[in-house]
Amino acid sequence: MEKEILQLLHENAKLTPKQIATMLGVTEKEVRAKIKELEERKAIIKYHTLINWEKTEYEPVRALIEVKVTPQREVGFDGIARRIYQFDEVKDVYLMSGDYDLAVMVEGSSMKEVALFVALKLSTIEGVQSCATHFILKTYKHEGVILDDEEEDKRLVITP
Amino acid sequence: MSLEEKINPVLRQIPPSGIRKFFDLVANTKGVISLGVGEPDFVTPWYIREEGIYSLEKGYTMYTSNQGLLELREEISRYLLRLTGIVYDPVQEVLVTVGVSEGVDLALRALVSPGDEVLIPEPSYVSYGPTTMLAGGKPVYIRTRPENGFKLTPELLEGVITPKSKILLLCYPNNPTGAVMTADDLAKLLPVIAEHDLLVISDEIYAELTYEGKHVSIASFPGMKERTVILNGFSKAFAMTGWRLGYAAGPKEIIAAMTKIHQYTMLCAPITAQKAAIEALRNQNGAVKKMVEEYNYRRRILVEAFSEMGLRLFEPKGAFYAFPDISATGLSSEEFAEKLLFEEKVAVVPGSAFGPSGEGFIRISYATARKDLIEALKRIKRFVRKKTLKKQ
Ligand SMILES: Cc1ncc(COP(=O)(O)O)c(C=O)c1O
Repeated sequence: MEKEILQLLHENAKLTPKQIATMLGVTEKEVRAKIKELEERKAIIKYHTLINWEKTEYEPVRALIEVKVTPQREVGFDGIARRIYQFDEVKDVYLMSGDYDLAVMVEGSSMKEVALFVALKLSTIEGVQSCATHFILKTYKHEGVILDDEEEDKRLVITP
Repeated sequence: MSLEEKINPVLRQIPPSGIRKFFDLVANTKGVISLGVGEPDFVTPWYIREEGIYSLEKGYTMYTSNQGLLELREEISRYLLRLTGIVYDPVQEVLVTVGVSEGVDLALRALVSPGDEVLIPEPSYVSYGPTTMLAGGKPVYIRTRPENGFKLTPELLEGVITPKSKILLLCYPNNPTGAVMTADDLAKLLPVIAEHDLLVISDEIYAELTYEGKHVSIASFPGMKERTVILNGFSKAFAMTGWRLGYAAGPKEIIAAMTKIHQYTMLCAPITAQKAAIEALRNQNGAVKKMVEEYNYRRRILVEAFSEMGLRLFEPKGAFYAFPDISATGLSSEEFAEKLLFEEKVAVVPGSAFGPSGEGFIRISYATARKDLIEALKRIKRFVRKKTLKKQ
């Protein structure tokens, strides 16, 4: 039941416990208890909304920064990651295998703002060797959701 | 002689499709939520479509062998083993067809001699009766009831048998009722089938869409493989209706006979679909399971909505249909469907389209996006309340 509840809420956080209970064939009480437990152990951290910003007038500028770092004694990559992820401008931070070490998603209201953030804040952190900035031009799919307009139903209206 | 008189007289005996009439009505109404669609609302999973595209790029645009690509038959054989536990020889016991539709036609034409009776549990999928008649047989309908979960019982079967009875045509999980037959239910039929030496055509196109327990094929019982043709296909489980691909599996004598007809009337099934189907069966990446899970969610939403409405609904356990009893509204199936369409812009199929025993019922397909289904159920609820109040 846990996995199903998580999947359903991940897809639509607005589902009520009652609706989930109906879909899973269990009681509302069981679902409420399970959700409470998941929230308490921080498996469910928060409920957020997936927004296609391109359809609003507030479209932010996003860039993926490839960061190469020198790992530090005792804390390894975690120390630098922590210094990076504390910035509000930073939306995601991943430790990567391969050519560079940290993938950092930075968001700002203009390209200049993002570029300045990288130049002044990110690249000046001790242990950061280099930053390569890639601006995102268009989002096709985000968190498993294709952002293009929904495909219409092409089926005949009545079939046997 | 007029042209009409020159047309095959059997066709005149076949009544026009009850669905066709209603289709025109719905097609001409705007803003309708349709719960009348007998096919998945999902498009074919991309990994399957992509394989079809790739095969076109590679130039696979030719005929295949009559029986279908051996590679596909081998995959089908493995799949049937997983699904039913039965071993079918891909060389002699499997035939790739143009949908289950062709499979039904081939099986009936291969087995029916003039005047043979084909026993069909009703309400039934619309094509069985007409195909039986075109094959020269006589359809004999067996009325199943919601009290029995729309299942076929040995008593019901025994009740229609005559010396001319030859074939039992089963379809479980069922279109239009959503009924399934468990292993116990099927086992009870076996003595009757054996005593009267019946052959069985088992349309198992909805097998994957079984929501409680696992699908059981009648061919999996001892002695039954020898007298059963299983029909299955890609339309429902893999959301591939438009690809037109199915298959038959059965005793080699029957498959050979069906192949003979297929060879002269169809030649082979489309190669693009066959190529894509190989990938559909080979790559078990959970896409089917995800679709089935979503249908199951909707099924439960629907069952609950009907219990709140106070309409009697036998709980559907398979396919993506529900078949509620609407007689409490005092309306006939057709009246209900028409009024619901005009007053609430929701399309359902009158139960009477699936035979006289469907009168008093409607068929609801939940192959409809969840949010549309919920909205449609709200409208049906409002409609039913209005009609039952008026009646009192
Ligand atoms: C019970 C049943 N059999 C066969 C078919 C036809 O399937 P296919 O697309 O494989 O021809 C359908 C389609 O609705 C069906 O419901």
